Amino acid sequence: MKEKFNILTSTCVPLPLQNVDTDQIIPARFLKATDKNGFGDNLFRDWRYDKQGNKTSFVLNDPTYADSKVLVAGKNFGSGSSREHAAWAIAGYGFRAIISSFFADIFRNNALNNFVLPVVVSEPFLAELFETIKSNPKAPVKIDLPAQTVTNVTTGNSEKFEINSYKKHCLENGLDDIDFLLSNKDKIEDWEKKHVQA
Amino acid sequence: MNTLFDKIWDAHVVQKVENGPTQLYIDRLYCHEVTSPQAFAGLRERGLRCFRPKQIFCMPDHNTPTHDQDKPIADPISKKQVDTLSKNAKDFGLSHYGMMEPKNGIIHVVGPERGLTLPGMTIVCGDSHTSTHGAMGAVAFGIGTSEVEMVLASQCILQAKPKSMRITIDGTLQAGVTAKDMALYLMSKMTTSGATGYFVEYAGEAVHNLSMEGRLTLCNLSIEMGARGGMVAPDEKTFAYIKGKEYAPKGDAWNKALAYWKTLKSGKDAIFDKEIVFQAKDIEPMITYGTNPGMGMGINQHIPTEETVSKEARDSFNKALNYMGFKPGDSLLGKKIDYVFLGSCTNGRIEDFRAFTSFVKGKHKADNVIAWIVPGSWEVDKQIREEGLDVILKESGFAIRQPGCSACLAMNDDKIPEGKYSVSTSNRNFEGRQGPGARTLLASPLVAAAAAVTGVITDPRDFIK
Ligand code: SF4
Repeated sequence: MKEKFNILTSTCVPLPLQNVDTDQIIPARFLKATDKNGFGDNLFRDWRYDKQGNKTSFVLNDPTYADSKVLVAGKNFGSGSSREHAAWAIAGYGFRAIISSFFADIFRNNALNNFVLPVVVSEPFLAELFETIKSNPKAPVKIDLPAQTVTNVTTGNSEKFEINSYKKHCLENGLDDIDFLLSNKDKIEDWEKKHVQA
Repeated sequence: MNTLFDKIWDAHVVQKVENGPTQLYIDRLYCHEVTSPQAFAGLRERGLRCFRPKQIFCMPDHNTPTHDQDKPIADPISKKQVDTLSKNAKDFGLSHYGMMEPKNGIIHVVGPERGLTLPGMTIVCGDSHTSTHGAMGAVAFGIGTSEVEMVLASQCILQAKPKSMRITIDGTLQAGVTAKDMALYLMSKMTTSGATGYFVEYAGEAVHNLSMEGRLTLCNLSIEMGARGGMVAPDEKTFAYIKGKEYAPKGDAWNKALAYWKTLKSGKDAIFDKEIVFQAKDIEPMITYGTNPGMGMGINQHIPTEETVSKEARDSFNKALNYMGFKPGDSLLGKKIDYVFLGSCTNGRIEDFRAFTSFVKGKHKADNVIAWIVPGSWEVDKQIREEGLDVILKESGFAIRQPGCSACLAMNDDKIPEGKYSVSTSNRNFEGRQGPGARTLLASPLVAAAAAVTGVITDPRDFIK
């Protein structure tokens, strides 16, 4: 999961729905697990499979998009409960980035903590991207993290996106918060030495 | 600036990350079985050990049954979570107090009562009610699973500093009014999001007059106003409570610690981002009528009428009353109830059992009521027996169950049946919290006791006067 993120060019899975909540991303009954593995198989479980466990016509079941590393979703993606399992499911499935016009706060952080880049774009950019994918399901996007730009390769339209410089550094270098914390153990030990005497 | 919270927070800053969060040192990490397994799995994937295993304490509480704890847990999923915690603690060399061990109980009850939670500490746990420990003069808050993993690996966490709020409660509480009523009153005034983004310090005469148990109850419920955490400045009462506890410093270390703890209070010039003042005399015994802890009222009052509720809130107000089977404007006094639950990390401490027992003494449980009396820990259970409260409870028709979270969130088999009313001393009255379709009325141990012996919602002051 901890692959470095620099420039990613990939086809997209379109999910033109608004307010996709974490209950849809990963239904509550999967929260009793004791590991992080296997959540990808249950991503959008109740949309992907019917009650008998047969595959539905949901977009993730369409082989056209089998290699896509980018999910393109409608406004307010990841709302609802704060369960980190939602981010585990997205990352576990193999997505590296999500493009939307708005993300729920906690989900956004959870995604970043799990090496999935949330890319916020304008409504017109998002609408155009959905159109492009509709006419050509294999239409690629290019996400350039160092430049903080996202490009609809077909139309050449490009936008800048925001990310704080600490998180950007983490993603570019394949480091997460834990690596960061471990990389400054000397600082932690210094703190401990001072504090014990206090 | 210069608040109690600032003093403890600032003392724990390892560094401020440029254009990023603060790296905060954590003195204690508590782990329970539900929110820790993935954090341990993450550690294994990275091939890491715990950085400071001596500062990490684990115990199962959510899934533990409240009877036959000496036998294996019947529900396989609960059993797996409990067994996984025990294995993780063993593999990583952490203290673990398993089911039936004398130190087991709800983690937020055990921490303070063992002296694990001390003034001036930073404390985290993958559980929102970690705010409880703030009553000892600590900075304590709940965290997510990735953050649990961070602390396991480095004893640090990356966090943005919350804003500060002081809630002062002046004057003295009336007879029959407890810390729980104080908290329910605050929530009814502040709403469940009134303190979102803030860390709260409780101050004022009424707060300092509370026992340590009372302060723990008050801080426990901070999260239900949306606060990151709540705390009370440590004082002589705090020090007396801690002295001699198993993990409390001893001898010279005690004197040194005490000298430091005495400096832990907000300065006279302290500046809070927000200050709110309430009067203790305005607080009555409280009860909730809806499906969030902010939907509470004085026990003699009436449920609000629709007109008094704001337009945006009306839908959820009606949905809540519909779920509860109440009507706007109803009085709850005399309303028949089915269950009483005494326990949880809010009201599962010895003082709560003393209050309940003193009320039911010489009276008898009403026939229509099923009562679940659940100590917060084995230590509380032991105290109950030492003080003879078990005998009084038995004479009054109440049986004591084994410690754990129990009906607070009904992860074990203590579930309130659909449609039934339960007067509960716990902290959440959400739809389905105490079991699918269960109807929860949050209240103090005294209000719970009055309901238990009369079978209906009753103002405990009718008996105390
Ligand atoms: S008693 Fe209830 S609120 Fe407290 S830790 Fe247990 S489940 Fe959570």
